[in-house]
Amino acid sequence: MSSIASSPKHRQLGLTDFEYDRILERLGREPLEVELAMLSLMWSEHCAYKHSRRLLRRLPTQGKHVLMGPGENAGAVDVGGGLAVAFKVESHNHPSAVEPFQGAATGVGGILRDVFAVGARPIAVLDSLRFGDPDTSERSRYLLERAVAGIGHYGNSIGVPTVGGEIYFEPSYEQNCLINAMCLGLAPHERLIRSAAAGPGNVVVLLGALTGRDGIGGASVLASAELGEGDEAKRPSVQIGDPFSEKKLMECCLELLDRELLVSLQDLGAAGLTSSASEMASKGAVGLDIDVAHVPLREPGMEPFEIMISESQERMLCVVEPARVDEVLAVCERWETNPTVVGEVTASDRLRVLQDGDVVADVPVSVLVDDCPLYDLEPRAPAAPLDAVPHIGDERPKNPDETLLNLLRSANMCSRRPVWEQYDPIVGSRTVRRPDEADAAILALPDGSAIAVSIDGNGRRVACDPRAGAAEAVFECAANLAAVGASPLGLTNCLNFGNPEKPAVAWQLVEAVEGIAQACEALEVPVVGGNVSLYNESPDGAIFPTPVIGMVGKLPDAARAGRLGFAQEGDEIAIVGSFAPARAGSELAKLEGEPPVGPLPFKEVQAVRDAHGAVRDGIRAGALHSAHDIAEGGLAVALAECCIAGGIGAKVATDVDLFGEDLGSAFVVSGPRLEGLEVIGRVGGGQLEIEGRLALAVSALREARAGGLAASLG
Amino acid sequence: MKFGIVQFPGSCDDVDALGAASRVGEATLLWHAERDLKGVDAVIVPGGFSYGDYLRAGAIARFAPVMEEVAEFARAGGPVLGICNGFQVLCEAGLLPGALLPNTSLRFVFRQVELEVVDPDTPFTCACARGERLSIPVKHTTGRYYAPGPVQVVLRYARGHNPNGSQDDIAGVRNEAGNVFGLMPHPEHAVDRLTGSTDGLKIFESIREHVEHRVFA
Amino acid sequence: MRARVLVRPKEGILDPQGQAVERALPALGFSGVSNVHVGRLIELEVEDPEQLPAMCERLLSNPLIEDWEIEEPGR
Repeated sequence: MSSIASSPKHRQLGLTDFEYDRILERLGREPLEVELAMLSLMWSEHCAYKHSRRLLRRLPTQGKHVLMGPGENAGAVDVGGGLAVAFKVESHNHPSAVEPFQGAATGVGGILRDVFAVGARPIAVLDSLRFGDPDTSERSRYLLERAVAGIGHYGNSIGVPTVGGEIYFEPSYEQNCLINAMCLGLAPHERLIRSAAAGPGNVVVLLGALTGRDGIGGASVLASAELGEGDEAKRPSVQIGDPFSEKKLMECCLELLDRELLVSLQDLGAAGLTSSASEMASKGAVGLDIDVAHVPLREPGMEPFEIMISESQERMLCVVEPARVDEVLAVCERWETNPTVVGEVTASDRLRVLQDGDVVADVPVSVLVDDCPLYDLEPRAPAAPLDAVPHIGDERPKNPDETLLNLLRSANMCSRRPVWEQYDPIVGSRTVRRPDEADAAILALPDGSAIAVSIDGNGRRVACDPRAGAAEAVFECAANLAAVGASPLGLTNCLNFGNPEKPAVAWQLVEAVEGIAQACEALEVPVVGGNVSLYNESPDGAIFPTPVIGMVGKLPDAARAGRLGFAQEGDEIAIVGSFAPARAGSELAKLEGEPPVGPLPFKEVQAVRDAHGAVRDGIRAGALHSAHDIAEGGLAVALAECCIAGGIGAKVATDVDLFGEDLGSAFVVSGPRLEGLEVIGRVGGGQLEIEGRLALAVSALREARAGGLAASLG
Repeated sequence: MKFGIVQFPGSCDDVDALGAASRVGEATLLWHAERDLKGVDAVIVPGGFSYGDYLRAGAIARFAPVMEEVAEFARAGGPVLGICNGFQVLCEAGLLPGALLPNTSLRFVFRQVELEVVDPDTPFTCACARGERLSIPVKHTTGRYYAPGPVQVVLRYARGHNPNGSQDDIAGVRNEAGNVFGLMPHPEHAVDRLTGSTDGLKIFESIREHVEHRVFA
Repeated sequence: MRARVLVRPKEGILDPQGQAVERALPALGFSGVSNVHVGRLIELEVEDPEQLPAMCERLLSNPLIEDWEIEEPGR
């Protein structure tokens, strides 16, 4: 029975009375202070996925290339040649709204650790960002500038190239920016490692940075609650990242794995030592003893609960056989990663925390990891479209020329060069296509083949129609891979939504997951991992439902990787795919002040598969000189982008709707002789001309597109 | 011939330099804590963020044990190439004149730039012609070259290509003896048609030419 | 003894950080600000303060581009 004295405390820590009662029931007693702190984090939305775990079971996770599915630090797929690619996307939304530089930086740091925790060397980072309107919001400009600086700072310093990404600006994100970071890593199959602890008597070693008070309470205080008044007070909870420390940690861990010195490895993320220790023990069906007196501290006088829930960055936990501990310590000394024996694996099923030998917490592992109540969502389709955001823009340009220039200038369509010039996309010498050269990033493998990766998601369109919009994101991601000649191998996703306890948001979430599942089944692409970020809401309302999809694929010949720019005077141009452009959810509709209301174009799955296959095969065969999927902005913008990237014009004739959108369905391609395709024109000259409808100099197109973000970044 | 690439904690482009040098000769890594140059014919101090760029870029790396050997090697006339962070280390170590300051933009900049070969009579540019243009990428936050006194310029950014505000558009300089050379652009990232231009290969080929034929006395 | 070392860019060297701060302050409503320079503060416990100047010359500053100053103890 909860007493009057203890219930306010559990509520302060984010536990409901119902949850607290379950804790009492499972423990058979009141929890000790350290135990309550640990439980409050392990049972938070961020760690336990209590509102989404049941729903996520809908996603297909099987596939012939899958080596590790959801549940590990990162998913992994076989890419041939004895190599595996591990990858995952994670969000760091709430911390970034409080401190965008460190929030974005530590978001990158965290996802890097997830990837090398499974034994893969990180070889690429991509980021998917959402902010409010930069033209009217100084705060959004500030968040953009600081987040980009933070991503650059961390990724560049650690020597992992940032090879791609996307940024969208919508008033919907004004109070709740989104920072999703994706990482992919490479490993020989034998080096992949799981996190399950094993072998009672084995030693638990902590490596990396000292433990301080970073992020104390971060997981439950920030990530499971809506942002409200007084978030300045949460600033002491902000985590500070140190990429130099992580570089040493990464090299150390990879060497330990190459030498086969570890039984298991786990990174410390949300809820720090508590979650790592619990998860390692749970997966291995063993117990763990941790003595906090051995944890190297940055701050004097830290209490046991603080040590257990600290989110200090750049730390890893590993399990080592006693006979190999000396070798492990030697490798760690060489890399200056401060190794410390902090505990041991036990044959019990309990996580015990000791302080200099005295037990301060003693909890069954299952209570921490498995006993958190899971909640069913109560979805209810809203009676009227959800539209908490003010309509922006009401320009009525008179002709297609002006419309196209306005679209190219707009925040969502303009050049991202001022952003990606702050990133290093080439360190590692694997990058075959740089930003703006192709629809997906491409990384060469030693045998001459290559990995392609793209990250995509359009919240406005998902707001129009959650099921179709979420499915569309999957199709668009696959289209980006097809445009460079790659076949999809696997997918990771981050679901960024509002408060799932509200029926309309729950409906969006359920519909979006269904859409993703259906698209994955249609394309036969398994989900190998992902992340959920809920409660992205403010008193003004929820964000657009924003599922972000990261997809990895493979192409057999890196030298034949596709490009998006028109390449050669005289090349024929064609549209490939069953293109059904519509105004709903389009950038033009946004510019003209329309709210996001559906429906989105229906997709005939076989037609989509055929189109993706045709482009992929054409690129691989060298028959296509360029391929670019028709995405936001519609056909006119796609053609303009091909001209700008290629530095050459085009003359085409078509009746197709110029600004309607239908993502993931169709492509603009060019090549010397496009057999079997309906040719609509040719590459050449200094202007883009769509006969009878539009004519603009390529220089004018480039200039319109170039300006936008430079002003916002200051 | 054998290249040695120094590896500090935080070096990032060491492996890239190793790969580029391996196209031209043998190459090995030289660990910062060991006073052992393994008998290499040329030393490369690579790009990256040694010691996290703490205090000042290169300020701590210059005191690494291996750098004592590199200084000795340079004193004896051995060719030493410093790329980006390596250039910063060599300036901090006094093996090259001047210093690298924060870019005028105060931002990290990644860009493919055109360089002009000002001095082809060095062990690092002897495979180039005077005035030849090289297309090579830069990626740095602290690349603005500054030197109050006279300097021997080897490479300049072509007009309009200066990415960081370096005085006189200086991209790379040598010491008086001519055997130590530092540049901010990354030639090791311009050696493979698959990933960019191949103009950077000429720097490595020059070093091989020099070592094998002792072109530059 | 607790020591404080201040390191600042040498006069005459372009200081874009200082300029950026100088530009930003009026935008926030602060007027009458000029000649802004941004440097670094290093705090340390030393047993022998006589060693401080040598530390400044060798590591804590780059004398080519920076000036250093040891704050008098008790200030």
